[in-house]
Formats: sequence, C-alpha cells, structure tokens
Amino acid sequence: MAINTEYFGMPLGIGDLDLENLAFFRYCAEHHFHLQACVECELFRYPPTTACPWCGCLESRWMPVEGKGAVHSYGEVHHAIQSAFRDHLPYMILLVDLDTQLGRPTEHEALRVAGNLTLPDGKLAPPEEVRRAGIGSRVRMVFTDVGEGISLPQWTLDQDAGQPEAPWRYPQE
Amino acid sequence: MPEERTYLIERNGLTLKNELDASSPKFLRDRYAIAGVGETTYSRGSGRSTRALGTWAVRNAMRDAGMEPGDIDGMLSYSGNDSTFAPFIAGDLGIRLNFYMDVHGGGSSTEALVGIAMGVIEAGLCKTVAIFRAMNGYSEVRIGGTGARSAPPVTGDQLHSRAYGWQAAGQMFSQTFMRHMYDYGTTPEQVAMVKVAHSHHASNNPKALYPKRVTVEDVLNSRFIVKPLHLMDCCIESDNATAIVVTRAERARDCPRPLVLIRSVAGRVCKPRSDMHYQHGPISTVAGHYAKDILWPNAGLGPGEVDITGSYDAFTFTTLLQLEDYGFCKKGDGGGYVSDGTIQLGGKRPNNTSGGHLCEGYTHGMSMVIENVRQLRGEADDSCPAGQDGKRQHTFDYSEGGCRQVKDAEITANLGWAIPGTGSAMVLRKG
Repeated sequence: MAINTEYFGMPLGIGDLDLENLAFFRYCAEHHFHLQACVECELFRYPPTTACPWCGCLESRWMPVEGKGAVHSYGEVHHAIQSAFRDHLPYMILLVDLDTQLGRPTEHEALRVAGNLTLPDGKLAPPEEVRRAGIGSRVRMVFTDVGEGISLPQWTLDQDAGQPEAPWRYPQE
Repeated sequence: MPEERTYLIERNGLTLKNELDASSPKFLRDRYAIAGVGETTYSRGSGRSTRALGTWAVRNAMRDAGMEPGDIDGMLSYSGNDSTFAPFIAGDLGIRLNFYMDVHGGGSSTEALVGIAMGVIEAGLCKTVAIFRAMNGYSEVRIGGTGARSAPPVTGDQLHSRAYGWQAAGQMFSQTFMRHMYDYGTTPEQVAMVKVAHSHHASNNPKALYPKRVTVEDVLNSRFIVKPLHLMDCCIESDNATAIVVTRAERARDCPRPLVLIRSVAGRVCKPRSDMHYQHGPISTVAGHYAKDILWPNAGLGPGEVDITGSYDAFTFTTLLQLEDYGFCKKGDGGGYVSDGTIQLGGKRPNNTSGGHLCEGYTHGMSMVIENVRQLRGEADDSCPAGQDGKRQHTFDYSEGGCRQVKDAEITANLGWAIPGTGSAMVLRKG
C-alpha cells in the first residue's frame, strides 16, 4: 500500500508499485535495517534495486545488516535548498562504509549508506557535533521517525567504538 | 565484414586509409563538422520564453553556418522539464524536420548529441542537424536547485537522497570532491585557481555575465554553500540558449566559416552502478576514467596533443577531476595541474577560454563547445579590433579586457559532466 507523509516541508511518498522501497522502509519503520541479499551470489546491495548489480539475478531476500561503519566521505551543507533545513545549518550528509561486505566484491566497493549526522535520538546534529565528525569517524545507525510508515536511517557518532584521534575534516573551518 | 567497408568507402566518396577500419568505431573520424554556432545574450532575467530563446539561438547558429531553414532537417535538444521541444523551435523558424528528438539530461548532453547527430546523418535519416539547449536557469527553473526543482514529492530512489537534504548538484557531488582532497591532498587554494583562471578568461569575453577577475582569497573568503564548495566554487545561474549545427564535412566545406571537424565523440559514458555511483570506488574517480578509452583511440591522438580544453565547470572541482581522469595529468595531480598556470590563457593548455559556467553563463555544456569552435576558426569574439577584411586582428595580449584567442589552436577537447559517474567528451580539430 502506498505511503504518503511529509518531512522537513517535503512531501514524501512510496508508490504502490515500488515494492523494493516499500519493503526497505517497512523494516526501517520498526527501526530495523535490512538489505536485499542476492539468492545466487549472496551479496548485499544498497539502495534497494530490482536486480543484483553483480550477477543480474532478479531474486533476493531481505536480511538484517548491522548498522555500523566508518564515514567514507561527507558534505557539510551551509546553504539549505529546502527551507525547513535552514534552522539546522550546518548539517552533514554522510556516506558511510558499512563494516558488512567492506571491500567486496572488489577492493573499491562497499555498501555506502547515505544519511545525515544526527544525535542518538535521530535529530539533526548541532554545529558542535558536526565539528567532531569527519572522514574515518565511526558511526552507528539510528532512525528518524518521519511519519506513518516511514523512518529514515541516519548516523550518529558511535560512542562505544574507538574513534580516530582526529577524523579528517575540510581544512577551512 | 569486408562488404560493409566497401559500402562505406563508396558512400563517403573517400579513400579508405590504413588507419580507417570500418569494423572499429573510429571510421567517422573527421567525416563530420560543426558548421555553425550561435547563442543568445547571457542574462539573469531574459524576459522571454525558452521557446523564444531557443529560436533565437538556432537562428544565429543557422546563419553562422550560412544556411537557410531549408538546409536544416534534423533537430536535437536536451532539457529537464525546463525547456521547449524541438518541433516548436523548428516550426517558428520554418524548418521542416526529417528527424528530431528531445532528450532528458543536462551537462553530459552536448557531446553525446553530436554523436547521435552524426549517427542519424550517417544512417540516412537526415542531412544536417541543429542541436540546442534553451533555459531560463535563473528566472524560471533555477539550476541551483531551489524553487521548482525542489518542489516535486520525494519518492522512489530519491528517498535515499533528497530526504537527507541531499539534492542540489553541489550537495550531490560534495562527497566526491571531499574524498578527492582526502585521497590526494588537494587543497582549497589549488581548487580556487580554476575560478581564478576562468575569471581571467571571462574578463576578455564581452559576452560574459561575470567578467571581473578574482583572486584565490576572493574564492576562499566567499561564503560556504556546501563544504568543500564556497559560493565562488559554484557556477552561476543564467538565462540563455545555445545552438550548434552538425553536418557532413563535405557539406561544411561549402559553408562560409573556417572548417572545424569532429575528430571523436564519447557519449554519456558511465561508471559502474550508474544508479548510485558512490557504491563503486574510488569515488574520487569520475566517468572520464572510462570515457578516455573511447575518446582518445577514436581521435587517434592523446591529451598531450590538445591545445585547448573545455572542461565542464559546474564547479571548480569538476574541471579538476575531469582533466585528471582524461589523462591531462597523473591521477591525483589535478590540484597542481589547475594551479600551475597551464590552464590559463598564455599557458600550455588553457581551459574554458570563454570563462565557462563559472563566469560566462550556464548552458549545460554547449557554450564550451561553441567557444572551442570559435577558437579553432581563429575567431574568438573578444575585444580585438577588426581589420579591413572584417576579421578580428588578434593581439594575443591576454591582459584584462584584451585578447582571448589562443595562438595556432588546432586541437580542442570538450569534457562534459552530468554527475561524477556520467560524462561525455569530444575532440575537435581545425579543418
């Protein structure tokens, strides 16, 4: 069934026929992170797709994946496009290399999962928290409840993990 | 297939040389030409529809080619729900079309559509193709991503991007740029030199919207849009249309302007995972890494033989990344390459001599092709005075407000960027 809601002033929805995203976000709504695993080559992929990017197999099964990893790169937004984000500047858009399947099937590949840097409660991280994060930061997944049936996977600094002494950040603060 | 080779020889009326092999893609090398180029005024607030702008630009390109409406029978355009389709432009100008197609797309389109134009002419569908891009990128659908571009509901694949406030081009590419700095030690000062160089070029371009020369400090002191991009690392938003006319080389020889031949084209070449290219690393490597293996063999030359580059400058970084991945310098040395004087007028291989998208106006790539055509003709439209023959007498004095013609330019390369994972390219040569 289609899902329609609103988040940060943006209409957000999943159509009836978008079976892959409906399944992905059904798990997210329960604060579970599941990805499709190919039934033939068994590799995970992100984001949801209609076939396996490595072997073309159409069949997959949803499997739990641990939401832990390290920041591969980031952008730090200081000028918002959507007006509702203006109250939360600067905010970070992270690409996180999951520990799961890192360097497979080739050395340059990883499940690179996008998300904002948030606090553990899923709210966008304040400026002082943003300044603590950079490339190499260890993060864990949390969820932001958006509306009925949709929660967004997000990232927060993993307090239990060993953090790099100084994660790499853009040189000009 | 020997029979096919024979067919091609007869069809083109040319002698098959050893280097020309009909079984490989390079057999169209130098067989097609850009016979005409044209544009509207660059503005912020055109006060006209994209239909009027497109008509204006196509008419200018047609007249530049010395052609009448009856000489053009093919039309191609590209846009993203922000323009007018080819039949309306053709209709307004009295052009009867034997072929047209309007495709979705932005910055990697011009070169790719040149390839399509060559293909459909070669296939006998039509004989001369006008390609245009008409946009009110400032006053209607803003290129920066505000307004109409951010209005549609977030659905499908965009749930994994726009929902995170990750949608404008600068936001989408920021992770690629940042990672390049991390991987190779590229510095903000080096990157800023792209804007500095292009602003110097724009200062010698009477058409440019932003002709003021800027310094590295100006760039680094401008406000952040999305780190690592300052305001001045980003292209400008403008209203304009641009057009080029593609036809067979033998037809172009009859046109009034000096001959400019299409040496090689690579069209919308993609990295793996074109849906979500960040999945395939290194993310600081862009589509040019793949496109170069089509572009250079088809051209029969390499980056070392190129006199002028037109590297897509939606951002300072896009220029740097492409120059690097097309092999103008070693991978990772792009920061040095763009900041050592090479890409400035008077340097070894100037880039975007018009000022490009950072300074002249934003056209989704076509203006950089137009500029290179004029350079190869020896007709850069700077402020140099015209001689008695009506041609500009270029001084090659590149100081502010002066000349921007590159001396003895024979080979140019255009490197078009859609996203880090998709790009197009084209090599042109003086006929």
